[in-house]
Amino acid sequence: MKISFSRWLGLFSIIIGILGWGLIVRLSGLPRFILPSPLDVWTRLLRSLADGSLLYHTSVTLLEITLGLLVGVTLATVLGYMLAKSHSLEKILSPYLVASQAVPVVAIAPLLVIWLGHGIISKVVICALIVFFPVLVNTVVGVRAVPPALYDMMNSLRASRWQVMTKLEVPASMPVLLAGLRIGATLSVIGAIVGELVDAKEGLGYLLKVGDFQYDTSMVFVAVIMLVALALSLYGIVTLLEKRFLKWQNK
Amino acid sequence: MKNPPILTVKNLSVVFPDSNGGLHALENISFEVCPRDFICFLGPSGSGKTTLLRILAGLLKPTSGQVDFIHNQQPKIGMVFQQAHLMPWRSVMDNIKLPLELEGMDESQARIKAQEMVELVGLNGFEDSWPRELSGGMAQRVGIARALIHDPDLLLLDEPFASLDAITRERMWVELSRIWQVKQKTIIMVTHSINESLFLADDVLVLTQRPGQIKLEVKVDLPRPRNDDIRYTPHFGKLARKLRGAIE
Repeated sequence: MKISFSRWLGLFSIIIGILGWGLIVRLSGLPRFILPSPLDVWTRLLRSLADGSLLYHTSVTLLEITLGLLVGVTLATVLGYMLAKSHSLEKILSPYLVASQAVPVVAIAPLLVIWLGHGIISKVVICALIVFFPVLVNTVVGVRAVPPALYDMMNSLRASRWQVMTKLEVPASMPVLLAGLRIGATLSVIGAIVGELVDAKEGLGYLLKVGDFQYDTSMVFVAVIMLVALALSLYGIVTLLEKRFLKWQNK
Repeated sequence: MKNPPILTVKNLSVVFPDSNGGLHALENISFEVCPRDFICFLGPSGSGKTTLLRILAGLLKPTSGQVDFIHNQQPKIGMVFQQAHLMPWRSVMDNIKLPLELEGMDESQARIKAQEMVELVGLNGFEDSWPRELSGGMAQRVGIARALIHDPDLLLLDEPFASLDAITRERMWVELSRIWQVKQKTIIMVTHSINESLFLADDVLVLTQRPGQIKLEVKVDLPRPRNDDIRYTPHFGKLARKLRGAIE
């Protein structure tokens, strides 16, 4: 009983929010191009779904995010593992890593677009860059936190390096790794949008900009809602991964 | 007639490098271990007991001296630590069969052997539990099962019951005694408990304060199987007093 009630609570809160939004539009009398009503946004959503443009642009952004995440997470975990294992490598690379974080990715996004063109590659790279650091840091922290006693145990059993990695280090650092992925997944949406806002011919960021230029504010709302949906789904996927891989943890 | 020793340690010394000339952990340790012996090193903290076990386990190289196993081969080691040191992401069953996985045994065979071990240490019904759900004593039973499953040549016990409460600890002595009798393993244990060493071992070697040296060797000629009552016999008391006298 209690569980089903609290589930409805979330939905209830959303309905109240939409009603409140509608009420503000009606009472303030703001023109549609400043603040569209929920109904305006809804019809715009249906229209863009019907002509296929919304799904097309969403799929472009999703592709950029997926590739960006894949590249960023792969590089970050591999490099993070190496950094965790070698203090000298950490000393050599840390000035670059810290410096790269001091420069906001948003600031170098235009540069990346100039260098890599306004196609999908520049967005994937921006996305990967923004995802890279939190995942890297969490990988290092996770691998370093593996209890030394478990290394002893594995070594007394004459485990190979590969076995130590796959049977000890990877599962032991999984909680911290997934926490990094959770941050990275949300950031990856920002990365893709920043890239698209700088210069693009497709994607949700492009849709946002077109809506903005044409005073099609309902379209901007639709694009934002899709972005939120994307971010939430990614977050949901990470939560599923946590449920799958961390079921041994106390909940 | 005793069997030839499977392990011979000669003039073993360990020095850990530090700022003032090095820390002497162990000095001139020599002893022999025969198959199916239960040997116990007794000593105060800081006598290098754990260092000795780490050398025997191959986790640490001695500064000087020799550690020779029979036929010069690398022995299979089973190790039990002060804490159970289970992998929290593995169930009881999966923790126990880890050594077999590392040896590349196929899954179904490993499960059968692990099930045997579960029964040996009395954990039936807990196969699918997570380590966090176990009490200290149960976790240590899993640790013992894991150390035995791959049929090691040498079982090394590093104060395995030190973290347990007194009553659980005494129960585990009886358990370990029973398991040792079933499995016929060669065991080397370190501890700082006189009662524990007398209850379990055939041979007790007393180590001095750092640098650890063997000060006294006591043959424990108490009959087996040993039970709780044996601790209240005069002979047990005599041996205990002898050991107590040797520990500074």
